[in-house]
Amino acid sequence: MFNEMSRDDGSIRAAYAQVAKWIEETGIERLKGRREEAETIFRTIGITFAVYGEGGDPERLIPFDLVPRVFDATEWTRLERGINQRARALNAFIHDIYHRGEIIRAGKVPGELVWRNSAFCPEMIGVDPPGRVYSHIVGIDIVRTGEGGFQVLEDNCRTPSGVSYMLENREIMMRMFPELFRGNRVAPVDDYPGLLRKTLEELAPPACNRDPVAVVLTPGPYNSAYYEHSFLADQMGLELVEPQDLLVEDGRCWMRTTRGLRHVDVIYRRIDDDFIDPLTFRADSMLGVPGLMSAYRSGGVTLCSAPGAGIADDKAIYVYVPEMIRFYLGENPILENVPTWQCAKADECKYVLENLADLVVKEVHGSGGYGMLIGPKATEKEREAYAERIKADPADFIAQPTLDLSACPTIAEDGVEPRHVDFRPFCLVGKQMRLVPGGLTRVALRRGSLVVNSSQGGGVKDTWVLTE
Amino acid sequence: MLSRTAENLFWLARYTERADSMARLIAMGSRMAMLPSAQPEDDWRSVALASGAQFEGEVPSDVAGIVDNLILSTENPSSIAYCLARARENGRAVRTALTMDLWEALNDGWRYLGGVPRARGVQELPAILDWVRRYTARVFGAIETTLLRGPGYHFLHVGARIERADMTLRLLDVKYYVLLPETEVVGGGHDHSQWISVLYATSARRAFHWSYSGDYSPWKIADFLILNRLFPRSVAYCYTEISEHLDELGRLYGQRHRCHSTASEMVAILEDMEMGEIFQDGLHTFIEDAIARTNRLSGQIQSAYHF
Repeated sequence: MFNEMSRDDGSIRAAYAQVAKWIEETGIERLKGRREEAETIFRTIGITFAVYGEGGDPERLIPFDLVPRVFDATEWTRLERGINQRARALNAFIHDIYHRGEIIRAGKVPGELVWRNSAFCPEMIGVDPPGRVYSHIVGIDIVRTGEGGFQVLEDNCRTPSGVSYMLENREIMMRMFPELFRGNRVAPVDDYPGLLRKTLEELAPPACNRDPVAVVLTPGPYNSAYYEHSFLADQMGLELVEPQDLLVEDGRCWMRTTRGLRHVDVIYRRIDDDFIDPLTFRADSMLGVPGLMSAYRSGGVTLCSAPGAGIADDKAIYVYVPEMIRFYLGENPILENVPTWQCAKADECKYVLENLADLVVKEVHGSGGYGMLIGPKATEKEREAYAERIKADPADFIAQPTLDLSACPTIAEDGVEPRHVDFRPFCLVGKQMRLVPGGLTRVALRRGSLVVNSSQGGGVKDTWVLTE
Repeated sequence: MLSRTAENLFWLARYTERADSMARLIAMGSRMAMLPSAQPEDDWRSVALASGAQFEGEVPSDVAGIVDNLILSTENPSSIAYCLARARENGRAVRTALTMDLWEALNDGWRYLGGVPRARGVQELPAILDWVRRYTARVFGAIETTLLRGPGYHFLHVGARIERADMTLRLLDVKYYVLLPETEVVGGGHDHSQWISVLYATSARRAFHWSYSGDYSPWKIADFLILNRLFPRSVAYCYTEISEHLDELGRLYGQRHRCHSTASEMVAILEDMEMGEIFQDGLHTFIEDAIARTNRLSGQIQSAYHF
């Protein structure tokens, strides 16, 4: 296991020198006390995620660990290049498959994997979104397995969430431990909302002939990420609208205000494709803005992200991202993929079934850590049941080796102990690429656990990028 | 501003004000039940009826029933816990329109009543009512000290004042038709103590003394609660504020609506009116008319701003 802070011989990596000293000086008891203090702040501010329909507290806190996760400048430079490269390739891929499909003609990606994919959106064929950008915020989940070993676990091209935690975790750390930041050269992340607004506004639709008006579209307060929606709207100074606040008339989108109707040019939508427009997608949806899709197609309004962008973050497509980078950019991938077996292929499926005990198996369309099998942690019975599911519909599953995720010091009951982490940076794609130095570090709080999802007992940490 | 935002702010304030009024009303009942002349069952039943709440089954006539239905219930739309949850929900839906202070005031401790068991509610009634008043005062305080004086501020005020005018009117009405048992003579001993109770329910006893030097005639109390322009819970005061905040909205948006004339008409009526006239035509008739007007005004505001 790669320990982010200390080497095998017990010496401390340079980037963590100050953090290690701070842990030592503060002591575990005080750290635990301060952790409670941090939780109170989160609760008061209302930084919660909503879980309705499961019983218990409907508004829960994501546990926050005080020990930051640190990248040094060299590590970050490489990550940054790799992230930008990947985000560019993913957008090029989406544009391609909704146009000529060159990558399929070239035989690099199997056509049926794209066209028969439920994330493929035929309504997008031939549509040219402003700047040819489909995925405006690309969240790339990265794990580390060694000194230089960064690997991409998953891409999120629709509406990746978690960026509010990146910002709030930093705010709270700065509020609680100012001394820790003095002299530590931590790159600030607080211009993210400004950059996001700039990204949205520079992709205004052709029909917009004045200062563009951007809004954040939320399904409403009962959505689990509602806090983030309101937080981002607030930080950017944009209206937070719900579907019933919008309507389409004369090929343009409008919002209902106390002074009557107002133009809307760019919609940062935090609502799934299915619920954008009941006329185009789900007719039974009570959410959605009738006619929005047609206004979008005719250039009356920009949707961020574009409908159908999810085709690029599908787990079955993931395998081909390195190929996309070579195909569209003519570059070698800077960040590797995790080796992946596609159960759709008979020989790979056979391997997976024979080696279930060592593999992690995921549903192609699943997310949030639900519906996966962690081979080494599962019982014989669970594995057998899962094997039956794979045999029933092999194309629905992929498998990866159980990764030896890196671990970062984390406050536990008995002291500061290593816990496994992953990392999600948020790359903004507008007329140019923008990446703030930081992201969301998720941590598996249970000893030995590899699952970092907040729905499965994961927590978050502040993430530092040190400047030279 | 989004119409929905205006609507949420309007209701945020109404619900907060309603919780506050309810706390004052229950405090009055609690005090009445302690008087030597008390008939606790009647007194609590009066509180229940004055609240304007609907009850499943019998109207509660003891303190436990009141605590259950009007403080802790999460289903009765008149209960304090219900009002505070709705106020916060309205606030949560428009977080971008709230200041941090205002949101924290709404969010901080809103679960408190959910954790109070009925027995403790009965035992610690005064402390719980105090908590409610502190909570609502903090919300209104945060509005005053931190919020931009834009449309949102005025929508909040209009909502709060409409709710308060409505509550004062209903209290007065109930005094006549509920509080007073039929056998009792107007102006009799029990009548007297109930008029004083109305002052308690509006937290106005001392203020009344300052203004009218201790003479508790029904006439003067009604005058104080309806026409006095200095008392912040009087109908005249509330309407003056409603009208002023609507005028501000009219100025900000450069447009006046039906609601503007309805509000200013009412202000003019209250300005010209003398208590003698009101009693001559019947207090009840006046109150009924004023409640209807307030409802109409609320509807006109909602349609003027596309709620």
